[in-house]
Amino acid sequence: MAKIVKIGMADLNVALPPEVLQTCGLGSCVGICLWDPVTKVAGMAHIMLPSSSHGKSVNDAKFADTAVPLLIDEMGKRGAHKTRLVAKIAGGAQMFSFYSDNDIMKIGERNAQAVKAALQAVKIKLLAEDTGGNFGRTIEFYAENGQLYVRTINLGEKYI
Amino acid sequence: MYEVGKKGDAAMPLYENISEFQLDAFREIGTIGAGNGATALSQLMNRKVSMSVPSIKILPFAQVPDVVGGAEKLVAGVFTTVEGPAPCNILFLFPIVSAKVLVGHLMDCKYLENEGIDDVGKSALAEVVNIVNGAYLNSLGSFTSLHFIPSVPALAIDMAGALLDTVLAQIGMAGDHALLMETVFSEIEENVTGHFFLLPEAGSLEKIMEAIGVKG
Repeated sequence: MAKIVKIGMADLNVALPPEVLQTCGLGSCVGICLWDPVTKVAGMAHIMLPSSSHGKSVNDAKFADTAVPLLIDEMGKRGAHKTRLVAKIAGGAQMFSFYSDNDIMKIGERNAQAVKAALQAVKIKLLAEDTGGNFGRTIEFYAENGQLYVRTINLGEKYI
Repeated sequence: MYEVGKKGDAAMPLYENISEFQLDAFREIGTIGAGNGATALSQLMNRKVSMSVPSIKILPFAQVPDVVGGAEKLVAGVFTTVEGPAPCNILFLFPIVSAKVLVGHLMDCKYLENEGIDDVGKSALAEVVNIVNGAYLNSLGSFTSLHFIPSVPALAIDMAGALLDTVLAQIGMAGDHALLMETVFSEIEENVTGHFFLLPEAGSLEKIMEAIGVKG
């Protein structure tokens, strides 16, 4: 059994084969998975919010715009090379539908957009995504082959 | 694990000014509010409903899902935002089995094990929560003379962690920890339990304390 490395909300971590990175119950949050196909260093971040610009926080893993550079740094320490990294992302759902235009309710969509922008800013190619919808996701990212497994309650499971 | 709050932990700039005494006072008004909520629920179900003494926890976000039995646990959750001078969020979580029994009791039907709750049932559950919230907030309002204006409740049935995301995102801008007051409502005969979480937004707890004249 491969060792599973769990990532909590507003957290990130790095793994090497045969380890598997896992985060459970992604709703409006987005799981960012980066992988270096040569050294097989994998990294995952579980971000909650799009941008650090309005927040007072000591935790860079919480925001899309700060989590991506931090994750790249942490992966670099384990032998990943920035220019080789590829990305897969999942999450960014809208769990509750309110009868209002409350911005916070679209947080999932905003999170997904912010993650894509942050990846683009550092020229990391997005290989696959499973975002949006109104359901929760649990994801597992395999350092061995860069496969991302997505499990839902009503809509089954898949690899992307 | 990536260490949260390396730069000087934990005890959370946002909540470090709140004393034990103030938390006790908050727990006390929460108890009275929940008592009103339990009475409302009891009348609605025509059953005896008991409640726990509210517990207050200040947790880093990553640990919040553990409070509800893990991020992947299937639950029915009803989310309400509360506006006013001391904005809060309310999340009422029911284990899926409890939600089915409760709705079945109200609608006079019985859900099978693999059967989902239909739309009418979901709407009924949201309404129950609306009534309990109303009773709770009324009590909070009369204690503090502050207005608490609840939104229309929204319901989702999914992984607990996924439902918490949205709620915690509301609080996440201001800090890395969530303060939550949990009350467990239970009906013994049919074994229905529901977990009521009140999460004040940044600054709201101070407003409430000021309103009832409890200094740190």
